[in-house]
Amino acid sequence: MLQINNLQASVEDKEILKGINLQVKPGEVHAIMGPNGSGKSTLANVIAGREEYEMTGGSIVLDNEDIADLDPEERAHKGVFLSFQYPIEIPGVSVTNFMKTAINETRKAQGKEEMKASDMLKMIREKSELLEIDRKFLSRSLNEGFSGGEKKRNEIFQMAMLEPKLAILDETDSGLDIDALRIVANGVNKLRSKDNATIVITHYQRLLDYIVPDFVHVLYKGRIVKTGGKELALELEERGYDWIKEEIEA
Amino acid sequence: MSFKDKILSSFIALENEVDTETYAHSLRNEALGNFEKLGVPQRKEEAYKYTSLKSVFNKDYSLFPKKDTAIEYSDIKRFLIHEIDAYRVIFVDGIYSSHLSQTTHDKFDVCLMSSALNNPKYNSVIETYYNKLASQDGLSSLNTAFAREGAYIHIGKNIAVEKPIEIVYFSTGNERALMTQPRNLVVVGENSQVQIIERHQSLSDNEVLTNAVTEIFAAQRAMVDYYKIQNDKLNASLLDHTSVDQRTSSEVRLHTFSFGGSLTRNNLNFYQNGEHCNSLLNGVTIIEGKQHVDHSTLVHHSQPNCESYQEYKQIFDDRAVGVFNGKVLVDKIAQKINAFQQNNNILVSDKATINAKPQLEIFADDVRCSHGCTIGQLDEEALFYMQSRGIGKKEARALLMFAFANSVLESVKIPEIKSRITKLIAKKLQVDIGFDL
Repeated sequence: MLQINNLQASVEDKEILKGINLQVKPGEVHAIMGPNGSGKSTLANVIAGREEYEMTGGSIVLDNEDIADLDPEERAHKGVFLSFQYPIEIPGVSVTNFMKTAINETRKAQGKEEMKASDMLKMIREKSELLEIDRKFLSRSLNEGFSGGEKKRNEIFQMAMLEPKLAILDETDSGLDIDALRIVANGVNKLRSKDNATIVITHYQRLLDYIVPDFVHVLYKGRIVKTGGKELALELEERGYDWIKEEIEA
Repeated sequence: MSFKDKILSSFIALENEVDTETYAHSLRNEALGNFEKLGVPQRKEEAYKYTSLKSVFNKDYSLFPKKDTAIEYSDIKRFLIHEIDAYRVIFVDGIYSSHLSQTTHDKFDVCLMSSALNNPKYNSVIETYYNKLASQDGLSSLNTAFAREGAYIHIGKNIAVEKPIEIVYFSTGNERALMTQPRNLVVVGENSQVQIIERHQSLSDNEVLTNAVTEIFAAQRAMVDYYKIQNDKLNASLLDHTSVDQRTSSEVRLHTFSFGGSLTRNNLNFYQNGEHCNSLLNGVTIIEGKQHVDHSTLVHHSQPNCESYQEYKQIFDDRAVGVFNGKVLVDKIAQKINAFQQNNNILVSDKATINAKPQLEIFADDVRCSHGCTIGQLDEEALFYMQSRGIGKKEARALLMFAFANSVLESVKIPEIKSRITKLIAKKLQVDIGFDL
């Protein structure tokens, strides 16, 4: 589904990603871990197409199509979803209408008709229940005055509404208490299918107790330096990152 | 011929056409003298520091349009709030169009300034109200000197006018360059209510300069809800002078939507002359290219226990220029005043300009006056966030801009106007999305 080859990227002329290779197949969950500043969020943003992150080499191929030159919205239309580490507050735009616009713009781009209002409402009801979101929330301005946990739940609610092929969860666990973490993870798990894939970016192993990865990659200084199964995450939790750094630098 | 010379010769021509024995004409003579003295405002005057009128006055305007320009309802329907039943007072090149209008003298007067100025039956109203409130500056005087047509609305006591009154001035462009002097008088009696929509619309690409004066009198407990829709073509400029007199417990709400036109100057003066008055001055400006919109507002609190509320949301793209000059004056006896002023601006392009100047002059000591002014840009993070959810950049920008302006739209009481403005904004921002936020 997703093939990243020798991806290099810089931010404000500073090289952050120095040749990333990653293959994700449908149905898989990949975890990307690594110390602070290793390039995890940059990788997420580059895949989603953020302009400030300049891709300087390599390719990002989604379903046999190179998406590196596409705008963020075009990537979204092809099924890429990024759950933000710090979701943006947008005063004056309600959650419901934001979703309505997002879904209908995506459908328009895909050559489909707008979703009927009744279908939209039904979907909103179902998905908000899945994430245990109070209906009152949906008429509030997007993320404005939401707590950290509410923002993250709202991200996964949006993901549930948009049904992406490839979901990238950037530090979705940060700022969540254990109950919110469980709700969010439960939502993500229910959305998993044999046709979609998830990339979970996290600093801590905790989230991976709930969203169990097929592969764990360790990102360090802009490269994937180690790949293993879910047990690698446990080892990192126990031993920290230093041993990996030592391995690399030895 | 200089503009001033032209004014003089045109005035002589005017005198051949109007009854020179009326009260209104004595005011015209006086006003002409006043204009001769004051002339067109210059940039060296503080009130016009950021708005030069040079380019709008250097054209060779005709002050008397040729008559008999026939236009049909189908030509103008789209400029009307045609979804609703309304009284309509419609002018074509400064002349009243009876076949496009729907007026009444039934329980109240929705009719023509020309008959009010000339028919003795209206003398007492004209002598009490006409030109009593309008500023006596050069441009208003120019209007008074030449005005002979406009909307005359006189509502007696205890009447709730059941449908809105739409006042629309069309210019057909049968003159290469036309200057018009529309004049409106709105007198609303005790306990009465009225809603009014005003618009100036050019139908061709020829030059138009409109110098309009409107006087609004709201008696005790009267309620006036007034909407100015400024979405004219880029060959048209508007100098609008609107003054409002409020008596005890009256409420006057005035919305100005400025999207079109080349240069627009809105002089909006509210005078609170009774206790417990409530004034609302709201505006949305969205302009681009080389458009220029200037809002100069004045709220004069001269009695205690009153409120005023101003909120102007403005968006400027390309090289557009905006001016917001908001003055709040609180007299010494005007205690327990609550005056609020908010002016928020977004500069979409780095070549756009906003000159914002709040002025508060407070002589009373027990008042609440607040003002806030912000100038910002569209949030790039928010744009990326919306794009990552599949909303195109243009649509994302439009949605952010609409959300920014929406607080002003929320105070619009006529749903059809709200939806019309929403559509105008979508069209203005060139997007095909619903904004029903």
